[in-house]
Amino acid sequence: MTSLSTPGSVASTQPVAKPALLSIRSVAKSFGRNIVLRDISLEIAEGEFLTILGESGSGKTTLLRIIAGFESASSGELWMEGERLDRQPPYRRRVNTVFQNYALFPHLTVEQNVGYGLRVAKLPESEIVQRVAEALDKVKMADHAKKKPSKISGGQQQRVALARALVKRPRLLLLDEPLSALDANLRRQMQVELKALQREVGIAFVFVTHDQEEAMVMSDRIALLRSGELEQVATPREIYSRPATAYVAQFIGHTNLLKGNVRNGIAQSGPLSWPASLPDGPVVFSLRPEQVRVGGSSAAGTVQVRGRILHQAFHGATELIRVGCADGLVLVTRTSAGNLPQQDVQLEFSASDAVLVRESPERI
Amino acid sequence: MFSRSYKTVVTLPPLAWVAVFLLTPYLLMFCYSFWSVSSSQTVVHSWNLSNYSELLAKPVYWQTLLRSMGIAARVMLLSLLLGYPLAYFLSFYAGRRKDLLYQMVIIPLWVSYLVRAYAWKTILGSDGVLNTSLQYLHLTSHPLDFLLYSPFAVVLTLTHIYTPFTFLPIYAALEHIPRNLVEASHDLGATPAQTFWKVIFPLSIPGVLAGATFAFVLSLGDFLAPLLLGGPSGIMISNIVVSLFGAAYNWPLGAAISLGLLVLVASLLFFSERLEKKWSFS
Repeated sequence: MTSLSTPGSVASTQPVAKPALLSIRSVAKSFGRNIVLRDISLEIAEGEFLTILGESGSGKTTLLRIIAGFESASSGELWMEGERLDRQPPYRRRVNTVFQNYALFPHLTVEQNVGYGLRVAKLPESEIVQRVAEALDKVKMADHAKKKPSKISGGQQQRVALARALVKRPRLLLLDEPLSALDANLRRQMQVELKALQREVGIAFVFVTHDQEEAMVMSDRIALLRSGELEQVATPREIYSRPATAYVAQFIGHTNLLKGNVRNGIAQSGPLSWPASLPDGPVVFSLRPEQVRVGGSSAAGTVQVRGRILHQAFHGATELIRVGCADGLVLVTRTSAGNLPQQDVQLEFSASDAVLVRESPERI
Repeated sequence: MFSRSYKTVVTLPPLAWVAVFLLTPYLLMFCYSFWSVSSSQTVVHSWNLSNYSELLAKPVYWQTLLRSMGIAARVMLLSLLLGYPLAYFLSFYAGRRKDLLYQMVIIPLWVSYLVRAYAWKTILGSDGVLNTSLQYLHLTSHPLDFLLYSPFAVVLTLTHIYTPFTFLPIYAALEHIPRNLVEASHDLGATPAQTFWKVIFPLSIPGVLAGATFAFVLSLGDFLAPLLLGGPSGIMISNIVVSLFGAAYNWPLGAAISLGLLVLVASLLFFSERLEKKWSFS
């Protein structure tokens, strides 16, 4: 099935608007026999918000640590502004990191933490004072300047860690799951603030998370990692509407994966069939629940199927309804129609909304 | 959780132990220090301050105490200079060999103090390993006599014996430093040397203080090393106490010195504790 042409190729070197700031070229990493990253190639543009998304153990933090310089790649190269980045020690790289649990220096005050990177660079004291004040202002922590990190809340520590990294005016800011320790409300608030801040300072962000919703909300582009390999690199819209693989389709949002065959220009999956101009062979399609409508219009180019409601889950504005159809096919539909009284329903979707995806091979 | 009677049963024996074998002797010592000895060498149970005035009047006690403190200070300094780099290396750079090396530091603690002190005697003596080797190599023509029966020998032996005690708290403090602080420091542009002085060392200060206190306090009260290796010039305050309780049979004066030493050590511990608290951030 790899012979099929796929929409949105893996690790698409999709042209980015601005010149590349950092290029990751064929980076691989293994710890002993354990392969953590394989052949990662990725370009990060000036001022871009790129999210590295993946499950735990997908290698996303390792990739970030390689960029920061805390780990060295087993093979491959990192280039930044025409220079080899991977040969420089972390303290020479114009890259700063916001650590997962903030890593604030406990013996220094908020102010001293933020000023640390400027002090070790031996900048004049007057400039340090001014830049620290600006940075603390920007993250709304000026009132807490004299406090020790242990005396402020997690969300505040987060802001200090951000200010400490940004005050260095890096070319690239790395953020390692910086919001994962915050509770849901604060987390959503910080997502918005962080994105606004990134726009304001215009620094490229590489943001690591396992939360696909967070990735969708914040990113210009998402790089989806799976078991150390890039599954797809694309904008949130593209990755959602044109997932390259079955794994991507399932990882980002809900989807119906339709497995089937193409024969003589007709795609067949269980009781469903529709015309598809594809070569013969096994195929997998991804069909988003919101593309499946309840009730039939029988318009041209639509596929109809009848089924019985199995389960209905209320999600606020919409509901996800699982519908059992013939041949064991279960379709999930998203509707804002409210509580559906009838058990038997007619479903329909446009054949063009079923996106061909590559089957994701099992990896260990 | 536990019943009242259970708690009483469990806590009573250790409390009794402390009362009988620690508090009572202290109390006895306290009393003795205000008594005196008659010419017929019997203890006179009349309360007075004569022991303390004698301590203040006779310079030999002061000088010995100062020398003891000097030796203890040198031992403290040397064991910090040895123990800190060792702990730092083990904690940050030993990798997989960490546990093995840690055991190697600890193992000497299982060897009897006396054996280690005697070992130095056979190394430093005029017919000892060091002197015979030096002569064999024609580096010296006759045995170096400052090696043994000198403050040098005492400092050397005590440093050898107490360095693990300095190493342990420093190592524990270093192990407690989250490694992402070191990474954060490098990330912010600090060189490894800057990182050491601005992050690692300040965060290890509680361990340094604890280790320094161990080395100083244990050395200050030591009497075996000066007895075996100190000679006349290496006598320490505890040797005087031992002789007062022994040959001289002047328990009251010995008790007065002990009590003075106890007050000195207790206040040292108090201040080091205060400083450690000031420097700990958890």
